[in-house]
Amino acid sequence: MVSELQIWQWLEEVSDPEIPVLTVVDLGVVRSVKTNGDHVKIVITPTYSGCPAMQVIEEDIKQVLKFKGIDQVEVELVLSPAWTTDWISEKGRIKLKEYGIAPPADEVDKSVLFADPPVIECPLCHSTDTRMISQFGSTACKAHYQCNSCLEPFDYFKCLK
Amino acid sequence: MNKHLFEYLLRLGDDSLIIGHRLSEWCGHGPILEEDIAMTNMALDFIGQATTILEYAAKVENAGRDADALAFLRYEREYRNVLLVEQPNEDFAVTMVRQFLFDAFRKPLYEALQNSSDEQIAAIAEKSLKETKYHLKHSSEWVIRLGDGTEESHEKAQYAIDTLWRYTDELFFENEVDAALQSENIVPSLIPIREEWQKTVTAVLAEATLTIPQNGWKQQGGRTGLHSENLGYILAELQYMQRAYPGMKW
Repeated sequence: MVSELQIWQWLEEVSDPEIPVLTVVDLGVVRSVKTNGDHVKIVITPTYSGCPAMQVIEEDIKQVLKFKGIDQVEVELVLSPAWTTDWISEKGRIKLKEYGIAPPADEVDKSVLFADPPVIECPLCHSTDTRMISQFGSTACKAHYQCNSCLEPFDYFKCLK
Repeated sequence: MNKHLFEYLLRLGDDSLIIGHRLSEWCGHGPILEEDIAMTNMALDFIGQATTILEYAAKVENAGRDADALAFLRYEREYRNVLLVEQPNEDFAVTMVRQFLFDAFRKPLYEALQNSSDEQIAAIAEKSLKETKYHLKHSSEWVIRLGDGTEESHEKAQYAIDTLWRYTDELFFENEVDAALQSENIVPSLIPIREEWQKTVTAVLAEATLTIPQNGWKQQGGRTGLHSENLGYILAELQYMQRAYPGMKW
């Protein structure tokens, strides 16, 4: 029988299919791990309702654990409590930045229309002189920014609370 | 099976599915690249919400159907979405105004549904609300930009309001389904939600320099399965694959 701690460590080998630099643990989508004899139950939660990565994540988790010799894996998807970007680990935020994606910052209340978007540091040249191009970026969880200093476009992992 | 709960879940699920489909029609046709991406992002949120809601509906029905069977194998009269969401995209102004009128309704509805005595509905609402806030902000800003923009954009936005206004009454349709579920604290009364909607709509349209049409004829039907001809065309496209090749998998 393997320990739950061991399972958590193995889950660090499962990366997010859209942002491969993050593991599912860094991202905070793994909510709990429970072992019962040879049976392992893992609870995950989606980042966004329509996130197409969830099915892949579920399959990847099963595959990695099978490779470690665990056949009885149950993956359950729960919606509540709803995922928030606060659950991205500190390690995950550093990895995102190194990968070229600005990590989520605290944002103003979304009920304020035309509010200035949050000041986001360019992950490439670290300038804070950046501008939001679009609230909706390459995936549901990202916004599109451009740096006014180095002119590079970049993704910003937008705040979801 | 709880018939009322099933019916209510179809309303929620079908609204999401059909407006999601309408937004997805913009894929590759957006006026600018960023907007093309934004609309398909939102479409994905709605289809995702529809999946979760219809999965739960299928479970409540307990008749061997799954979410796909509900989405792809029902007939037109079995759909419970409001007429507003099936209205054609026409142009960007009509699409954004339609989106705004709907988002302004969905936000207070999800806020209230978070307190549902039904745990799964509360969980779906909690999750979806976070996405809905982004949608409402986006559509509100566009309505203001278009209404208070150029002469042409103003004219098009006003045309959109004038055309779609008659369908807004149905958002607040209630019947015995609501009464039964309200008595169990599963769903909220739509009266305070209408007040909230009215407040948002009045404020944004005023900022957009758009005029709310005088009260005229209000068209209803979708909630009881009586749809406009538009839904037939949507379903022809949406269901084509499953009708032509039953049981086909991606």
